[in-house]
Amino acid sequence: MSSATGYYIPHAARWPIVGSIGLFIFFYGFATWLNQGPFGREMFILGAGVLIFMMFGWFGLVARESESGTYNGQVDSSFRLAMMWFIFSEVMFFAAFFGALFYARTFSGPWIGGLGGGGADMTNAILYQGHDYVWPSNGPGDVGGKFEQMGWFGLPLINTLLLLSSGVTCTFAHHAIRAGHRQPFILWLLATVSLGFLFVGLQAVEYIHAYDAMNLKLTSGIYGSTFFMLTGFHGFHVTMGAIILLVVMLRATRKHFSAENHFAFEAAAWYWHFVDVVWLGLFIFVYLI
Amino acid sequence: MSSTDVTHHAPEEHGHDHDHGEHGPAKGLMRWVTTTNHKDIGTLYLWFSLIMFFIGGAMALIIRAELFQPGIQIVDPMFFNSMTTMHAIVMIFGVVMPAFVGLANWMIPMMIGAPDMALPRLNNWSFWIMPFAFTIMLSTLFMDSGGPAGGWTLYPPLVLQMGDSFAFVIFAIHFLGISSVMGSINIVATIFNMRPPGMTFMKMPMFVWTWLITAYLLIATIPVFAGAVTMLLTDRFFGTSFFSAAGGGDPVMFQHIFWFFGHPEVYILILPAFGIVSSIIPTFARKPLFGYDSMVYATASIAFLSFIVWAHHMFTTGMPLAGELFFMFSTMMISVPTGVKVFNWVATMWRGSMSFETPMLFAIGFVIMFTIGGLSGLMLAITPADIQYHDTYFVVAHFHYVLVPGAIYSLMAATYYWLPKWTGNMYDEKLGKLHFWISTVFVNVLFFPMHFVGLAGMPRRIPDYSLQFADWNMIATIGAFGFGFSQLMFVYIIVKCIRGGEKATAEVWEGARGLEWTVDSPAPYHTFETAPTIQPATITR
Ligand code: HEM
Ligand SMILES: [Cu+2]
Repeated sequence: MSSATGYYIPHAARWPIVGSIGLFIFFYGFATWLNQGPFGREMFILGAGVLIFMMFGWFGLVARESESGTYNGQVDSSFRLAMMWFIFSEVMFFAAFFGALFYARTFSGPWIGGLGGGGADMTNAILYQGHDYVWPSNGPGDVGGKFEQMGWFGLPLINTLLLLSSGVTCTFAHHAIRAGHRQPFILWLLATVSLGFLFVGLQAVEYIHAYDAMNLKLTSGIYGSTFFMLTGFHGFHVTMGAIILLVVMLRATRKHFSAENHFAFEAAAWYWHFVDVVWLGLFIFVYLI
Repeated sequence: MSSTDVTHHAPEEHGHDHDHGEHGPAKGLMRWVTTTNHKDIGTLYLWFSLIMFFIGGAMALIIRAELFQPGIQIVDPMFFNSMTTMHAIVMIFGVVMPAFVGLANWMIPMMIGAPDMALPRLNNWSFWIMPFAFTIMLSTLFMDSGGPAGGWTLYPPLVLQMGDSFAFVIFAIHFLGISSVMGSINIVATIFNMRPPGMTFMKMPMFVWTWLITAYLLIATIPVFAGAVTMLLTDRFFGTSFFSAAGGGDPVMFQHIFWFFGHPEVYILILPAFGIVSSIIPTFARKPLFGYDSMVYATASIAFLSFIVWAHHMFTTGMPLAGELFFMFSTMMISVPTGVKVFNWVATMWRGSMSFETPMLFAIGFVIMFTIGGLSGLMLAITPADIQYHDTYFVVAHFHYVLVPGAIYSLMAATYYWLPKWTGNMYDEKLGKLHFWISTVFVNVLFFPMHFVGLAGMPRRIPDYSLQFADWNMIATIGAFGFGFSQLMFVYIIVKCIRGGEKATAEVWEGARGLEWTVDSPAPYHTFETAPTIQPATITR
């Protein structure tokens, strides 16, 4: 562990308060919008704008400080720790939705269908006569109407391959920057980002198909809820990850990063692999099984 | 340039510094808005939580005033319900959690010999979210539909019937969650990365250990809570069926997800308190903490176990028999490490050369009254018994014993203990002791009778009750007003101490050990800018 001498402690941070104000407007606007109150949508957009402004400002500042050599090895470790634990918190966020999926499929679904003993058969006979539980389910109320289950073959499989290869190209980018080869670094990043956006694009195609041709919607009972919330939050994370990698790429074209100093890229890469792993979980538990 | 490229600051450079070296605090309001100093941010957190303590306290007094007599006298039932809900939310998320974070900010860097928190800008943001998030939360009370009234546990389907304030409450929770997670990440990074050479994990004070584990619990569970409330939001506004049986979901599922967060959350509210008490008792017993290692392991086991006991809040909700049994036994198992702690505190005092200054009084009060709450918890852990106790005032008595003479007492103990270090002045010892005794009498008058009415069957969260509960409720309300108003003394003592008083020495307390007592009182704006040398023999805890 390096010594605490010279640990960089910034003074007068102005971005955090901008962030708080942005979040405040964003959340207040979103809630108002959901209630169909006045100026909800406008506040929502304004708040999002302030947040994007804050991120540009804050990350820009950190990037400049990093490039000008303000940080030492210990600061670097702090950033690494922070990123690791942030990713862990994201894992737990997804865990809540996976938990909902598992719970519905293993416990509450069969119970509603009268299985599992403990009086479930009585409940089923009285409340949900004739409801046989099978996954995919939209419940005894047939909420959202008949729908088709999303298969794993086709787009989801292609998307799996895309995302897995983007993990590989990302690693190639890492090897390139570690060897100090800027041009290959940028090109491999470009490949990664493109694969990422391609993934998001195909996901959109899949959603449109689900809505138009399969009557599979967010409102299609518990199957639709878990399907769209899990894949939707994942898709959102892929989008964020791809944007982060894009920013890293643009920074690289401006001669940022060196063979030794490229934590921004590594953080983005960790995030990318995290998104990758979540997708594997999704592919197995949402599409395959 | 490279990541190992250290910007060297020779120690003598300090004091007349360059680019980022303004050494005193800046002036004016912007100092507080833009500060990155861990002591400033700690102070902000502590003031914030003190203010929220009185807001939450006012709500509690409204509840108790209504319950002074049977019948509906003062507020309408809907408002009563939003008072019980908001009181809990304010006290948990606005008082106890931020106060502990404030103490972490002030003390952890000084205890481990670090110049500041690992991520000072993020630290600023973690705090400055709080006032904004609570503005949203409290603003719901002024909406036409009234504030949230379904209880802090937000169970569907009731919570989905809330009026316009629903979405605001959900987003306020997201907002607060962002603050908690960022604050916790910062604390973990600080403890892992900012210790000077020689400060090994087993040389860290218990307060640092307990916060490390608390931060882990927060990072692991707050996102789960965020997920749960997100599902509520989409169920209400976007037509999902997570918690609706018609669509194949299950309202009980919410309870599982909520308590997977909720039970670790109650340990989040008590582990730092354990750390505080483990710092104070050795000082005033003038003996090192008994069984330090076992304290560390007990804390870690409590954290682990807290993930596998959640459904003890759901015994009456229903689950398969195997589940009821599993959660009963796992819950009872938690009392083992908890007992280890209590016995260690007692053993630390055993044959100690004890003195009873205010922090020690609050710490001993904590040990005794927290144990009462722990024992009633054990009773609640017994499934067949809990089927009787659940949702009665007995549960209210239980969690108030662990939270008020538990968590809140630890905060008061901490304030008295470190106030001289923060302000450079001794507080008024006579008034402090008086504050302790008055509080302790009233807190028991307030909460002890709740055991009786609870066992007799009085339900919680109901503004009216049947006549046989009248006497004890009247007594509890008297206790509540006594306790509430005696906290004005606390504010008076703090303000008086800030404004002056007998000068404190660096060591402050005769038996105090640890690095925070090696710096001047008041602690200079920057401490340990050069890493202290920690030898194996250096006493750091
Ligand atoms: C010895 C350890 C403990 C045990 C065995 C225990 C057990 C329990 C049980 C079984 C319940 C559910 C009662 C019911 O609703 O029927 C409960 C409720 C509660 N406990 Fe504990 N507990 C312990 C320690 C704590 C601590 C340390 C805290 C917080 C500092 C705490 C805070 C709470 C709260 C807030 C509730 C009520 C939640 C609600 O329904 O609103 N408990 N406890
Ligand atoms: Cu619990």
